[in-house]
Amino acid sequence: MDLRYGEEYEAFREEVRNFIKEYGHLSPNISGSGLSGGIHKPSERTVEWQKLLVEKGYTSRTIPKEYGGFGGEPDPLKTLIVSEEFTRAGLSPGLSGQGISMLVPTLLEAGSEEQKRSYVGPTIRGEMIWCQGYSEPGAGSDLASLQTSAREEGDDFIINGQKIWTSSAHYADMMFVLVRTEPNAPSKYQGISYILLSMDTPGIDVRPLKTMTGRSEFNEVFFTDVRVPKSNVVGRRGEGWKVANTTLKHERGLLGDPNQIDNQLYAVAELLKTETVDGTRLIDNPIYRDRLLRLQARAYAMRWHSMRLLTTEIKHEEPGIERLVVKLNGTHLMQDIAALAVDALGELGVLYDGGAHLRNNGVWPFRYMFQIGMIIGGGTSQIQKNIIAERGLGMPREPRGDVKAKEAV
Amino acid sequence: MEFGLSEDQRIFEDAIRRFVEDQAPLDRVRELAEDGTGFDETIWRALGDLGALGVLVPEEHGGSGLSFFDAALIAEALGRGAVPAPFLGSAVMAPVALAAAGTPAQKQEWLPRIASGECKVGIAVAEVTGARDQAGVTLSGGTLNGRSLFVLDALSADLFLIAAGPDNLALVPRDAAGLSVEEMPTVDRTRGIAELVLDNVRTNNLLGGQDAAGEAIRRMIDAGRVALAADTLGAAETMVQRAVAYAMERKQFGRPIGSFQAVKHMCAEMVAELEPGRSLVWYAAAAQDAVPEEAHVVACHAKSHLSEIARDIANTATLVHGGMGFTDLMGLHYWYKRIMVNRQMLGGPDRVRHEAAVAQGWAA
Repeated sequence: MDLRYGEEYEAFREEVRNFIKEYGHLSPNISGSGLSGGIHKPSERTVEWQKLLVEKGYTSRTIPKEYGGFGGEPDPLKTLIVSEEFTRAGLSPGLSGQGISMLVPTLLEAGSEEQKRSYVGPTIRGEMIWCQGYSEPGAGSDLASLQTSAREEGDDFIINGQKIWTSSAHYADMMFVLVRTEPNAPSKYQGISYILLSMDTPGIDVRPLKTMTGRSEFNEVFFTDVRVPKSNVVGRRGEGWKVANTTLKHERGLLGDPNQIDNQLYAVAELLKTETVDGTRLIDNPIYRDRLLRLQARAYAMRWHSMRLLTTEIKHEEPGIERLVVKLNGTHLMQDIAALAVDALGELGVLYDGGAHLRNNGVWPFRYMFQIGMIIGGGTSQIQKNIIAERGLGMPREPRGDVKAKEAV
Repeated sequence: MEFGLSEDQRIFEDAIRRFVEDQAPLDRVRELAEDGTGFDETIWRALGDLGALGVLVPEEHGGSGLSFFDAALIAEALGRGAVPAPFLGSAVMAPVALAAAGTPAQKQEWLPRIASGECKVGIAVAEVTGARDQAGVTLSGGTLNGRSLFVLDALSADLFLIAAGPDNLALVPRDAAGLSVEEMPTVDRTRGIAELVLDNVRTNNLLGGQDAAGEAIRRMIDAGRVALAADTLGAAETMVQRAVAYAMERKQFGRPIGSFQAVKHMCAEMVAELEPGRSLVWYAAAAQDAVPEEAHVVACHAKSHLSEIARDIANTATLVHGGMGFTDLMGLHYWYKRIMVNRQMLGGPDRVRHEAAVAQGWAA
């Protein structure tokens, strides 16, 4: 156990701080980002900032130079230092959509040389926005039962079907999508292909899906005879399930960012210190205060848990069960933090759309509701518990009605 | 940066865990719980041979001078086995207090004997973390009077550290005239808790001198809280492991009950709380040495958070065992009770959370 970062890293921290001093003013404003994330295409300012970060190696650090990245050695500690310093300075950490966090690592692992050259650079620079076509109305937790079909016609596939829960599809340039290319494969895990397509392709219809927040964070995407060249398949045809699992691994890491947890926790602490009820500060109410302290302990636990996972990564060790609990804990903690803000605000906590009394543009009730979506998305808490118990603890699977146990992966 | 066990620490942890399995299997714990002193000569000597008792004692005083993190690994291992051993008072709290405020002569006198296991220390500070029944010890003209409750590791102690108000800590040998020790039996028979009654006990041995021990008392309490959190972590881990093993072996309706999601999810919930809890204990332990400015707040958080999650884990693990979990036969209750008692000692979760709020300026 050694909490010191060491000289090389303290020097790197200095470098990052100097960068912030010199260029920090160019960062897009992130104070209202909790409300607009995933709703609008990134602004020009955001894209310019992103390019600067890529150039300096403060984001997409390890992407090879020949694909437009910084070409740095994998160094999770440097990534952490950048994140810590940017959070402290209130700067945007850069873009983190599904293209950057999921498609790019998958292409680097399974894509062809041409795919890597065409897509990685523009994606990490924020010039090309992606959406993910995975879930379908009939394929949620049981994703491998997806039915969107891709019929062969010469050198092309013709895609028909529907995707749902597609974040940012309404402004994305491209989609990576899972489709069934071999409907007669012996198991549902076979015969799926992972395909890249342009959202401009004729036959694609994007319909915003309004959620309980009143906003449209997701879309439904309908495919009618959408023609895509076969060369757009990533990895081998029919082996898309394997390719997709590379990306899912990356997504599960996304949903428990300790910096985000801390930011929201201290925002609630600030709220309790500044808001009053009956003329008394909310923080002076022992019940709200105790709830804050309980949440702080959980946030501390998640922060140091992420340091433990980082150490595992640095040592190139396979993380065990400790990796599997992050999404479950992180998403519930985030909702509990928002819930304290809503509760402590009393009636003010449910004001939403404008008005003189609205607090923080309605961000707390928004986050409270949005978070139930996060608890569901990317594998619901119940699915997470299955994963923890089955993969982490080696407990037996529930008997299945659809496939023989030995086929399941 | 290495947030986790070094190679040496892994070897050390392995050794101490094997030691616990060998020296304190359930049958042995059961036997020792009958006696209820929280002490066994054989186990204590063997802990001494491992170097565990001098873990926090500097090498110049005969210890191994390791880090607080290493001490927490030992505490966790002892919790895993619900081992009756006065490790908390002797090997954690007393050395921390002596290091913080002891005079050279006091260190020279007591630390070597603590490290060898010859001297076992009971800790009387409950009146600092919440006085009950008007207990309290006063110091006047070199004489101690009053009572101290819930004295930790008291039944086997040769020496007591007794807080007299917030700034004085007296070192009082067990055979001092006017001192009596009365057992306070708790639900947990693996720790020896007692009441001290002091009737004109003369002392010329105050830690660091008159009014010099305030900081030492606070640091010792933080250290004790982290060690209790680590002990609770170990106890909870054993309960999870036993529940998972039972769920895989026990069959109903023709299949292991662990294949039912209702049961499997209980196991997942336990481990989902336990693992981040472990990370918190690790940090709190490391911070006691390396991050003095955070040491108090994280000690409070480790103590309260582990108390909360371990309560849930203890109940859930018992439920997974069904009726058997409630019986004496399974012996699960030793860990259940250890978790119960650890929670209350040195300030329950509500109290330590309040302390953490005060330390951050969130409460007066």
